[in-house]
Amino acid sequence: MLEMQHISKVYRTELIETHALRDFSLRVDEGEFVAVTGPSGSGKTTFLNIAGLLENFDTGTYKLDGQSVNELSDNDRSRIRNQKIGFIFQSFNLIPDLDLFDNVDVPLRYRGFSATERRRRITQSLELVGLASRMKHIPAQLSGGQQQRVAIARALAGEPRFLLADEPTGNLDSLMARQVLDLLEEINRGGTTIVMVTHDAELARRAHRNVQVMDGKVTDLHTYEPRAHAESAERASA
Amino acid sequence: MFAYHLRLGLKSLRRNPVLTALMIGAIGLGIGVCMTTLNVYKLISGNPIAHRNDVLFAVQLDSWDIQRAWNQDDPESLPLELTYRDAQQAVLQSDIPDRRVIMRKAAFVLASNDEKSEVKPEIVIGRLTLGDFFAMFDVPFEYGGAWDKEADSTSEPVVVLSKKSNDTLFGGENSVGRSVRLDDIEYKVVGVMADWQPVPLFYDLNNGSINEIEQVFAPFSRGELLEKSSAGNTNCWKPEEINSLTEFLNSECVWIQAWVELATPAKEQEYKTFLDAYVAEQKKLGRFARPLKTKLSNPDGWLVINEVVQNDNRVLLGISFMFLAVCLLNTVGLLLAKFSGAAAVISLRRALGASRMEIFRQHLMEVSIVGIVGGVLGLGLGYLGLLGARQLDEGYERLAQMEWTVGLMALGIALVSGVLAGLYPTWRITRLQPAPYLKTQ
Repeated sequence: MLEMQHISKVYRTELIETHALRDFSLRVDEGEFVAVTGPSGSGKTTFLNIAGLLENFDTGTYKLDGQSVNELSDNDRSRIRNQKIGFIFQSFNLIPDLDLFDNVDVPLRYRGFSATERRRRITQSLELVGLASRMKHIPAQLSGGQQQRVAIARALAGEPRFLLADEPTGNLDSLMARQVLDLLEEINRGGTTIVMVTHDAELARRAHRNVQVMDGKVTDLHTYEPRAHAESAERASA
Repeated sequence: MFAYHLRLGLKSLRRNPVLTALMIGAIGLGIGVCMTTLNVYKLISGNPIAHRNDVLFAVQLDSWDIQRAWNQDDPESLPLELTYRDAQQAVLQSDIPDRRVIMRKAAFVLASNDEKSEVKPEIVIGRLTLGDFFAMFDVPFEYGGAWDKEADSTSEPVVVLSKKSNDTLFGGENSVGRSVRLDDIEYKVVGVMADWQPVPLFYDLNNGSINEIEQVFAPFSRGELLEKSSAGNTNCWKPEEINSLTEFLNSECVWIQAWVELATPAKEQEYKTFLDAYVAEQKKLGRFARPLKTKLSNPDGWLVINEVVQNDNRVLLGISFMFLAVCLLNTVGLLLAKFSGAAAVISLRRALGASRMEIFRQHLMEVSIVGIVGGVLGLGLGYLGLLGARQLDEGYERLAQMEWTVGLMALGIALVSGVLAGLYPTWRITRLQPAPYLKTQ
């Protein structure tokens, strides 16, 4: 599903160079739920941005669904993000002046679905997160947990094969965090591959596999719940 | 996606009404100023008789002083009008032109011939001309028509009224066959003009290019008969003692406007040769001391010679477009600020699959809306500008008219301006790297 080999990424300013990822290698197989943990500045988010084709890397190779992304044009990257990847962000990233329906509609618009198909998918995904009755509300009228569920509905509406979550419970209290995690687990059971970045070791334990990142490198791998798909997931290397 | 982008554009503009108002205001102001000057420029620079460009010619002869040219800055310049003698001999007495007209302005006291009329007598500017004037210059008639050639030769007291005079004296009714009084002499009405106001007043640019047309038109020879003095510009170079109309008519003063209609280039050439021969003949008689120079100018050329569109007008037009450019630069700045503020949402859309082109289209729609609304505002401001211009001078009343073509042009310019102003900010926003903004939203 996702295979990174010897990825490096350096941020340069006039004065300093910051090595965000160094010789970073990781493989995530289809259907896995992987948690990426590490302290602040360890490179977790950079990894996630590269995995989500939001950022380029300097060296190494990255294959997504068997396709090398190194040579992809910006348009192709947009298309892959739209069709294959769903994003969940720590701060929800909902568009404040669009109602829930229109927020979930955003990725579907770029997909070129008909109005009927879009409506069907939006309703279905909002139902899945339990917010179908509030589709005409704007984000500010919802709690943090509800907003994150809308963000999950938006990520799911396009039926992506790959869900990238960056600290999805970082802005939520423990009860809501648990609900969101329950939802992610349910989605994963449906077959969607999930990579979740978190600094919370407790939450990370609920994933099948925990990848520890330190100074831009994978330093530790731990499988918490052996499953059929986890066999192939163990081949990640630092 | 058009409707989607339109909806997003409107929503985005509503999100920050002050910034939106500033952008629309900047474009509207620039367009308004441009439209006002462009409108006036277009009217000034238009040629209302362009369709007769190839057959009508203003006649010029260089009868001026040997010591200095007509225009001292241009040694090749010729007087813009003719002496009475030259008008009679070089224009009226030639058989070559298909039509000809010599003419001048004169003031009259115009009054109703009906004793019961309550319309008070008033001083009006009239034109003493030939019957050919109306056909040559395509003057439209509401009632009747021009007087005939016999009326020209016999100085018949006939008159063609402007629509305005006819409205005043006869309430707009058909007055053909009825009579009016000019300087207390009865004149028979043979024609009433329809609404006609060429801008610029091409047939007599020397007496005010944006003036109103004359209120009455009578045969040229009535001027001599009644010893009517000129109400137009008279230019003289020769120290001459002039104590009577006869002396004035024989002087070297120029004050008569002359036009001929020549149907073919051959006729034009023939008449030019005739004029040259006439001047050569006059030289033998001691006149026309300057090098032989005659000129026939079609209406287009005549407008140029008379500098109807002065350099000031061009400079003003240039300044107004520069002002528009300044307004656009301000709009660029405002758009940059606005789009920078939207970086997080744009990054999010990019993350969710919007291509750069989609983002570009979405924001281009937004700037197009700004451009169009700015254009409509500009139209309103331009109209106010024209209303203001009308207060400046009586002549501007006719000049400062809203031309629908200029209005359309203003909308077009506004749309293009809006898009141009938005191109750089829009392009810049598409180059955003989304990742940094997604974390910080």
